[in-house]
Amino acid sequence: MTTSTPSAGSAAGNALRRGRRRPVDSTVKVLLVAAALVSIATTVGIVIALVQPAIGFFQQVSIVEFLTGTSWTPTFAQKAYGVLPLVAATVVVTVIALLIAVPIGLGSAIYLSEYANRRTRKVLKPIIELLAGVPTVVYGFVALFALNPLLQDIWPGGRKPAFQNLLIAGIAMGIMIVPTIASISEDSMSSVPRSLREGAYALASTKMQVSTRVVVPAAISGIVAAVVLGISRAVGETMIVTIAGGLVSDKVTFDPLEGAATMTAFIANVSSGDIPVGSLDYDSVFAVGALLFLITFALNAVSIRMVRRFREVYE
Amino acid sequence: MSTVTYEPLHRRPQHQSEVTTVNHSSTTSRPAVSISAIADTQTAGHQATSTVPVMELSGVSVYYGAYEAVRDTSMPIQRKQITAMIGPSGCGKSTILRSLNRMNDLIPGARVTGSVTYHGQDLYAKDVDPIEVRRRIGMVFQKPNPFPKSIYDNVAYGPRVTGMKVDNMDDLVEKALRDAALWDEVKDKLKTSGLALSGGQQQRLCIARTIAVKPEIILMDEPCSALDPIATAKIEDLMFELANDYTIVIVTHNMQQAARVSHYTAFFTAEVDQEQERHGRLVEFSQTGKLFTNPADKRTEDYITGRFG
Amino acid sequence: MSAPTITTTRPEHSAPGSALTQRRSRPGELAFRLAMQACLLIAFGVLTALLAWVLVKGWNRLDSRLWTEMPTGLVSRLDTAGVQSALVGTLWIISLVAVICLPIGIFSAIYLEEYADSNRWYNRLLELNIQNLAGVPSIIFGILGLGIIARTLGLGFTVITAAIVLSLLVLPVVIIATREAIRAVPQSIRQASYALGATKWQTVSRQVLPSAVPGIATGSILALSRAIGEAAPLIVLGAVTFITFNPDGLDSRYTALPIQIYTFITRSQAEYAELAAGAIVLLLAIVLAMNSIAIFVRNRFEKRW
Repeated sequence: MTTSTPSAGSAAGNALRRGRRRPVDSTVKVLLVAAALVSIATTVGIVIALVQPAIGFFQQVSIVEFLTGTSWTPTFAQKAYGVLPLVAATVVVTVIALLIAVPIGLGSAIYLSEYANRRTRKVLKPIIELLAGVPTVVYGFVALFALNPLLQDIWPGGRKPAFQNLLIAGIAMGIMIVPTIASISEDSMSSVPRSLREGAYALASTKMQVSTRVVVPAAISGIVAAVVLGISRAVGETMIVTIAGGLVSDKVTFDPLEGAATMTAFIANVSSGDIPVGSLDYDSVFAVGALLFLITFALNAVSIRMVRRFREVYE
Repeated sequence: MSTVTYEPLHRRPQHQSEVTTVNHSSTTSRPAVSISAIADTQTAGHQATSTVPVMELSGVSVYYGAYEAVRDTSMPIQRKQITAMIGPSGCGKSTILRSLNRMNDLIPGARVTGSVTYHGQDLYAKDVDPIEVRRRIGMVFQKPNPFPKSIYDNVAYGPRVTGMKVDNMDDLVEKALRDAALWDEVKDKLKTSGLALSGGQQQRLCIARTIAVKPEIILMDEPCSALDPIATAKIEDLMFELANDYTIVIVTHNMQQAARVSHYTAFFTAEVDQEQERHGRLVEFSQTGKLFTNPADKRTEDYITGRFG
Repeated sequence: MSAPTITTTRPEHSAPGSALTQRRSRPGELAFRLAMQACLLIAFGVLTALLAWVLVKGWNRLDSRLWTEMPTGLVSRLDTAGVQSALVGTLWIISLVAVICLPIGIFSAIYLEEYADSNRWYNRLLELNIQNLAGVPSIIFGILGLGIIARTLGLGFTVITAAIVLSLLVLPVVIIATREAIRAVPQSIRQASYALGATKWQTVSRQVLPSAVPGIATGSILALSRAIGEAAPLIVLGAVTFITFNPDGLDSRYTALPIQIYTFITRSQAEYAELAAGAIVLLLAIVLAMNSIAIFVRNRFEKRW
């Protein structure tokens, strides 16, 4: 058994050794790792870019004052750095946007996934994806020059909305998010297995019952992920609120008819102005940026978990 | 699963033993009448039995992470012979097959202990290059998997990537396709996609692709399980032909196929241990004739007579 | 006593045939269906109306002035103003983004799908990091550009800074799309290639990538089109001024279409709104054309294995 033809045998065996260099393969691997490290470097860069000036800021303004203060007046003579007015404006815009986008987005998704025939879906789904790519500066323009005059015209009376106001920014943002929510929830609804639907139909369920009691619950983590992604986009969106939402946020207000600066609008507005580098006002941009980063980080974490769960169930 | 008609199992031992008494060392005589002619030519064609092992497994266990999928397998692979691995699902026969050309390396967490030698060289030694191993030990898979390229490019791919010195690629492609008994069917459409062929043709294309790099050993992982009986018969015919030049190891679900085509057979089974985990195990390895007529182990006998599995 | 009770609770069973033919009207069912349909109609109606409104608003400016003339800050010169420098700036930036972002994104995806052992903590971290970056607000990337690229690296407020920032911004899009395209290539193709003695890179470059090209192309085009429309990071990068010359190099100052539109909007005169609308139509034409190509490529060439 052990006596194989010795000469040929050992030659064949030896040839298996790693004599041959594969320079292309090893070079490629180095390049691939280097490319992958770029995204790590990006995150590290973001953290450094935010933290360094933010430390300077927090040496002069306490974190507690920043997080709990209700007055934000960096450009006034009496300076105050409480971030809550910016947060409040962000919350108002986000809530309005969601009130519009979630029902319309989900309704569209349910119709496309459960009711529309295949041809309709084949045409409409790509259009929705197309609309999700409209640049946000366009929505800002439309909000300020089309939606706001319309709102002023049809306003029933009493106190009219300001020229720039949170309501109109929220509405425009809601319209902007609809395609995103519709597209992602439709994906998760249409990946609910047919067998589940057929099981329900076989029990004499109506289409509405199947949609609301079988498909939506089965797709819930995908839907939640879509909504969370919508929130994350609303919180981080800059152009609409900068153009149509207002620029001053000295005190906390939840009044949607007033104009107020969100976190992003403040960053955009101050950093495009002429504030001297290294001043407290300049550094406040980074403190607000750091808070914004943390908030969206938390939202992303939730959405990533949800997407993963929805993948686990049906893939 | 192939549905080739075969003789009832209880008749096979008689048939087989007759032949065995006549031709003392032969294990190549086939019980199945339909292909006996081929079996005869094969018997005449080359040495009936070889006892020159090109590969040796000793004490081979394969792990996926902490789970031991197959334990303690020892057997030789004889040169220019067809060795079959049979056994019920989950017995580890495919796992062992994939350890012979280090395809298991591609599965994260897979680990092989014991030794697999090829011409005396341990395949799992540190300085062995798995790519060189696969150049010499090719593989045909369960489901035909031609590349989404032309028939020609499918065959030429191996020689190109391995940097073989080829004088004339056209000749090489033609030779490989002829050897795989596919040339006549595809010679006029070498430029069409390999995916356009029928399942059986695709599998023969995969075989042509494998022999184009001139390996010494061809591993076949249930190569006929996705094919109809006619395509299966063609592949089996082809295996006889190929055994003149190549060493073949075939995993099959189909006992009759093993009995028809192989010189040696290894029977694997799945054992359940105290922790209720299944581990594959080699039960018996011997010449095919002996294993099917006179199995040494009770479990083999139960399996081949259909009492189990 | 019991028999009548049964018949009243299950009236259909007394005459099963006729019960099947009585179509029961279900008002709730219909209302639900109409409500869902209305959602879809509203979504499409509003979006279409708004885009149509922009088109009408900018109609008077949709002529060759748009791309032959430069922007101006003077209302008196508005008649002969366009957005040439912004259009050229956008083309510069987007070409650079393609050069910077696509190789890095595609290589990262190849690493994650083909080379990385996903059981290793650092590879999992890498994956989470990319997923998170995909959700970081674009203005934060502007801050990254301002703090690190423009100031620390000293590249200033130039075309190359803008291109690097936008590349990093859309990098996750390219990576995620490419990974999906690579993952869709069946494992059996890779195994066949390895079994023939191909190396990893041969397998990836000759089998996996060619099969994944449509998916990669789709993701790349979508990423570029997103980069074209982004304004927020460029605001932070100080691009909000009237630039009346085309960029002539990587270190040139620049403006870009979305930023130019924003600059017009911030002017209070109505004429600027009209010019902004014209520029928006140009921007939308570019972005929507790119997205259409991307979606078409995906739907047309997607391989079904």
